[in-house]
This record gives sequence, structure tokens and C-alpha cells, in this order.
Amino acid sequence: MQSSKLALEQLVDRVMAELEKRIAPRAADQDAAGAAGTGEFGGKAAEGNANGGAVGEKASTADVSGAGGDKAAAGGANDDSAEAAESEADGGSFGVRASHVPHPKWEEGLTELLASTPARIGVWRAGTRPLTRELLKFRYDHAAAVDSIYGTVSQPLLDRFGLFTVETCYGNTENYLKRPDQGRIITEEGAALIRATCKRKPQVQIVVSDGLSANAVSANLEDVYMSLIDSLRVQGLAAGTPFFVRGGRVAVMDHIGELLEPEALVLLIGERPGLVSSKSLSAYMCYRPRLGTVESSRTVLSNIHEGGTPPVEAGAHIGTIVRAMLEQRTSGVHLDI
Amino acid sequence: MKLSTNLFGKSYRFRDLKAVMAKANEEKSGDQLAGIAAEDAKERVAAKLVLSEITLGDLRDHPLIPPEDDEVSRVIEEAVNERVFAEIRHWTVGELREYLLRQETGGEQLRRIGRGLTSEMVAAVAKLMSNLDLIQAAAKAEVVTACNGTLGHRGVLAGRAQPNHPSDSIQGVKASLFEALSYGIGDAVIGVNPVIDSGDSVRSLLEATKDVMTKWEIPTQNCVLAHVKTQMRAIRGGAPADLIFQSLAGTEKGNDAFGINVELLDEANELIHRQGTGAGPNLWYFETGQGSELSSEAHHGVDQLTLEARCYGLARRYRPFMINTVVGFIGPEYLYDSRQVIRAGLEDHFMGKLHGLPMGVDVCYTNHMKADQNDMDNLAVLLTAAGVNFLIGVAMADDCMLNYQSTSYHDIATLRETLGRRPAPEFEKWLVRMGLMENGKLTPLAGDPSLFM
Repeated sequence: MQSSKLALEQLVDRVMAELEKRIAPRAADQDAAGAAGTGEFGGKAAEGNANGGAVGEKASTADVSGAGGDKAAAGGANDDSAEAAESEADGGSFGVRASHVPHPKWEEGLTELLASTPARIGVWRAGTRPLTRELLKFRYDHAAAVDSIYGTVSQPLLDRFGLFTVETCYGNTENYLKRPDQGRIITEEGAALIRATCKRKPQVQIVVSDGLSANAVSANLEDVYMSLIDSLRVQGLAAGTPFFVRGGRVAVMDHIGELLEPEALVLLIGERPGLVSSKSLSAYMCYRPRLGTVESSRTVLSNIHEGGTPPVEAGAHIGTIVRAMLEQRTSGVHLDI
Repeated sequence: MKLSTNLFGKSYRFRDLKAVMAKANEEKSGDQLAGIAAEDAKERVAAKLVLSEITLGDLRDHPLIPPEDDEVSRVIEEAVNERVFAEIRHWTVGELREYLLRQETGGEQLRRIGRGLTSEMVAAVAKLMSNLDLIQAAAKAEVVTACNGTLGHRGVLAGRAQPNHPSDSIQGVKASLFEALSYGIGDAVIGVNPVIDSGDSVRSLLEATKDVMTKWEIPTQNCVLAHVKTQMRAIRGGAPADLIFQSLAGTEKGNDAFGINVELLDEANELIHRQGTGAGPNLWYFETGQGSELSSEAHHGVDQLTLEARCYGLARRYRPFMINTVVGFIGPEYLYDSRQVIRAGLEDHFMGKLHGLPMGVDVCYTNHMKADQNDMDNLAVLLTAAGVNFLIGVAMADDCMLNYQSTSYHDIATLRETLGRRPAPEFEKWLVRMGLMENGKLTPLAGDPSLFM
């Protein structure tokens, strides 16, 4: 009979899993403890082990591969790359992620499943529909994601780093979403201001833009920016006059490249927000960006946020990449790092 | 071919057939971005009127992208059944619409007429159809395909289990897959989008999904949605793939941007037939989506609906097991809001079915699009009514790797129960054997992923 065969296999699996648990260090137990706790931020800890270092892999492959309907390739394509695995730290009143299956066949097994992925599993059901809290948690995360698109970066934050502001021809958020081409061009006034204010032909030009997530800039700029400045100093590289671009797309780098002719340009820009992280920042880097630069010539470090590449680490890493770009006089797929 | 009309006391004259086709479309941000959309509702209806009087023969005689310049055009042109076409070449596009909607026109007639149509003709008629037209006509088509299981029988709504994980963790993928199976989802395919596009990674995901299928004797098929070249490497290395996957564009240049061409697809086709693990005879899984050609500047000034139809013309060559349009994935610059996504989902499904394809839809949106989960609920119901072969199942609709929202395991289970649809027949028998389903309804056991540990 099928069922007795299943039961035997389940038994074997359970014994194996139990053995593994006893042999292995306490990591799995920590996850279980996190999931069982009641602390407001426990959910984040419980998911900490779920996303390995592989997010960086994607940044180095998919993100610069250009646009397309291909889900496999477009997940992080050009203007709006994003991938993340962590809950927002302010999961707040939704509390800890835990199984809601009332009588699971194997309780501990279920806890292990939850610890292995940030996907919303073990959520149970009312009939065939989700439970109320799960449904509302989903709406909460969607609201946060949408909010980061329509949000703005605060002036005091920009002032703190002495960033003056220029705009692209994006007009307003709705138009920004419909017309990526207009987010690639700085307005005439903006271009004049850049010419009047910025050092020409800098070694490294730093530009910050809200892109698709103002929250990403708000949450990460301070740490990334400070460590990037430090890193450039350590590498012996000279930065030009930094500024903020409102309504920017990745390829705005090319227009700025024409205006200032930098050797290298670093654009810190908010990514397309996901439900599990709406505060993810990307650093796009290019050697001598100019009009007509192809996407595959940009190097990207994506997924910069608390649960992905930590912002402080990212800043230091960007400095290293920029140095390699200047040494090899190239960037993107041609860069050997 | 008449390219002008008088309406609202004004004469509308269109530059060429390309302009008529583009301006006859329902409003799409992608056509606006390309600068080819109708100026306003009046121009749109004028273009529809002009298009409705153009004959199918005219459409064929005036290719939008000449076969000499584009291999997708050649594939489409060579596939036309000349006997069927000869019977209908004098029909106008308006007459074709009415033929499709007539009560005497059933599934068989639809299948036959589809073989005499080019993708441009299919796109043209879709432009004249209302949403309900698209639903009714598509519902007539029954496109059944077979690999290890079968898809597409009338009354069946299948679901792809899409157990993605942000770092391809095998354990994490299995966790989401167990959840899917426990809700009765996975009959269309167990299909994973990998983060890492390498032969080794693809191989380990194929092996892991195959292991689960073997252990629990699940009558379905597996697939890892990496680039076709990567899958070929994995399959040549012995990886167990039932289906081979690729995203398609509607122009040669667009496919060039995807790193594929007909020669490569032919090669992959031979490989999956010789070294794939699927029973067949249908061994391909394709994905498409309006807007990809424009995003790679490979659109030749042709509108995104027509280009999407051309993807189906290309797909038809390989007799796929399944194909879906990832309708709201690419972003608001192509489909701006829920209204446009819903329209595109219905159009794509209809056009695929008229091509004789086993059409599914990834009912989805990104967070920068003006749409939410309620809109997806609506579109999923409309598509189920239209007889869609399958939908995509993601845990709570939130794909934690691709960062977009689709339809959930719960949603597919709900659509089945509410609209009287069943899983694929072999898969339903398996669900019953597992104690997860009785008389087409989930049992109290359903929803517990630890059943599969």
C-alpha cells in the first residue's frame, strides 16, 4: 500500500533529520527559538539564515544583462533591479513569522521548512482563502512597497551630505513610471546648475538618486555614502562634487557623463521595491559613461540593505570596484574582478 | 487596401498598415512610449474601423516586418495552411471576428481556422474584440497537450508550482514546493526560476524536483527556467529535465537580445526529444509578455500586441506542452495599470489559443504598477472563465526571488472550487490517493507542507 510505504519513508526521514540536528551546530535550534518567540523583531532573526550569500551572484550576472520579458533575466534588469530575502525590520504589529497549520503531520519539520525560506508558507487557510492576519500582512507589505515609490527623500538628509538637487525631465511620479526615457535626461536648469557647481573631469563622480524607492535612499544613504568616501580616500581616489537627482533612471549616468566627463561614475539609486524589502539600494558604476553606453558596460552592486549586502560593507566594496575600473579602464562585463 | 475613413466629421488617414494596427489597439503605455499609439479615443475607433474592413489577404500581402528581414516572420509565413487561407483570404478582419463568435463555430472550427492565419491576422482580430469577446472565443478552444501528465481538457484549471528561493536553496525550494503540493498545485509543472544561471545550479534544481516527484510518485513534469543554453548544458551533463524552457520575443532582433535564434531553438528541440526525461510528445515550456521587444529596441515600429502574437507564431513551431504570458511583469512603462494588464491578459490568452497553443497566464504585477492583488483576483476569474490552461502558483502570491506578485496556491484552489474546475486528471487521482482531495474539494489535510517531509 502506498500509505504504509509513505509512513516508512517518513519515519526514515524523521530519524535522519533528528540525527542531523543532533550532529549539526545549534543554528537550526536558534531558528526554531526565533520563530517560537514573541518579540516584535523576532521574525527577522528567524529568517536570517534563509538567504545565503548568493544574492551577490545575481547582482554580478543578471542585473546588467539588459531588459526583457524573460523573468529569469529581468528579475534585476537595468533600471529597477531588486532581489531580497528579508522582512522589513518594522514588521511591527504583525510580529513573528510562524506556522499557522493547526495540526501539522510533523511540527518540528514544519519549523524547519519555515526557516529555510522567506516565502510565505505554513500560512494555513480559511476554506481555500488565506487567514485574515496573513492577508493583512500581505497588504501591509504591499503598502510599504508602494509607499517607497511615491515617497520622497528628506531635505535634511541631503543637506547633511551637502548634496544639491537637480531633476530629470520626469515631471511627476506617474510620468516617471511611464516614460523611463525622460528619467535619463537632466533638465536644462539642472544641467546648468551641474556645470556651474561641479568640478569638471573628476576622477570619481558620485551621484545619488531616488529611482524607484526613496525609502531605499533614506534608509541606506548615510552608511553607504560615508563608507564609500572613506574607501575612496583609502584607495587614493579623488571624488568630484556629489549631487542628488530627483526622478532618475540608471542611464541618467550617460547624460551626467557628457556634462562632467568623469573617469568613473557611481550612481546610488533606489531599486524596484519587493514585498519583503522595499528599501533596497543599488550602486551602478561605469567607466567613462557617455551617451550611447550599453547596459552591459555598467557594473552593479545590488541588494544593498540591512538584510542583503550591509550598507557599510557595500560602500567599501564600491571603492574597490571603482579602483579596478580605473586600473583596467573598463567596466561591466569586461571588468575582471 | 483602404487606409482612411471619415468619422466625427473629420477625415482620418493612416500612414500605413503598421499605423492602423498600432492605433487600433486599446490604450497601452508601451505603445505610447514607442510613440505609435492613437492620439485619442476618436482616432482609436477610426483605426479600428479601417482595420475591420481590411481583408486577410491584404494583411498577408503587406507584412509588417518582411520575411526577408526577420526569421520570426519566415517561421510564421511558412506555417500557414494554404488551403485554409485560400478559403478565407477575402474575409475582412471584421468578418473573421464574427465567424469566431458565431454559435456554429466551435472548438474544431477554431482550431482549423487558426492554421490558416498568420500571427498578424490573429492580432488584428483581437484589436476589434471586446473583453467578453476575447473570453467567449477563447473558451471555445480546447488545447490538450501531454508530457508526463496532460493539460488543457475542458473543465481543468492547472497550476504551476513556482517554488523560487532568493539563493536557490534546495531546502527552501522544496519547502515552497511542499506547500504548493499540499494545496493541490503543481499539475502544470514544477518550475523553478534560478537565481544563478549555471549548468550546475540548474542540474541540482532539476535533480531536487525530480527526487520529490519520484519519491511521491507525482504525475507531473519538472523544469528549471534558466537560459536555454544553460539548460542544454545541464541536460547534456545528465540532468533530468522533463521540459525545456525559453522566453521568446516576436522579432529576430528581440530574440537576439535574449541570446536565442531559431537554429538554437531547433537544436534544443532535438536535445530535449533525445535526452529529456518527459514522456511527451510535448516537451517545451515558453514564456512571453507584451513589451519585451520595445525594451530591447527591437520592435520595428510595430505595436506590442502584434509583436506578442508573433511570439505565439514562433512558439507554435515547437508544439509546446505549455506557454504563458507573464502579463504584468515587465513594468508600468508597457502596461500601466490594472485596466491595461487585464486587457493584455485576455488578449494574450485569446491569441495563444487561436494559434492552437496550450495557453496559461502569469496573472501578475510589480509594485511600481498601478494595480493590486484585487485586480489579479479579477483577472484570474476572467481567465478561468475563458478556459485558461493554467495559472502560476506562488506562496501567498509573493515571489520572494523575482520580487513581484502573481497568483497564490490559495487562489488557484479557490478558482477551482468556485468555478467548478478540477486539477489535471492524473494529478487529481494522485491528490485523492494522498488524501488531499475528495470530489474535487481539498480535504482537511490540505495546507500542511510537512506531509511531504
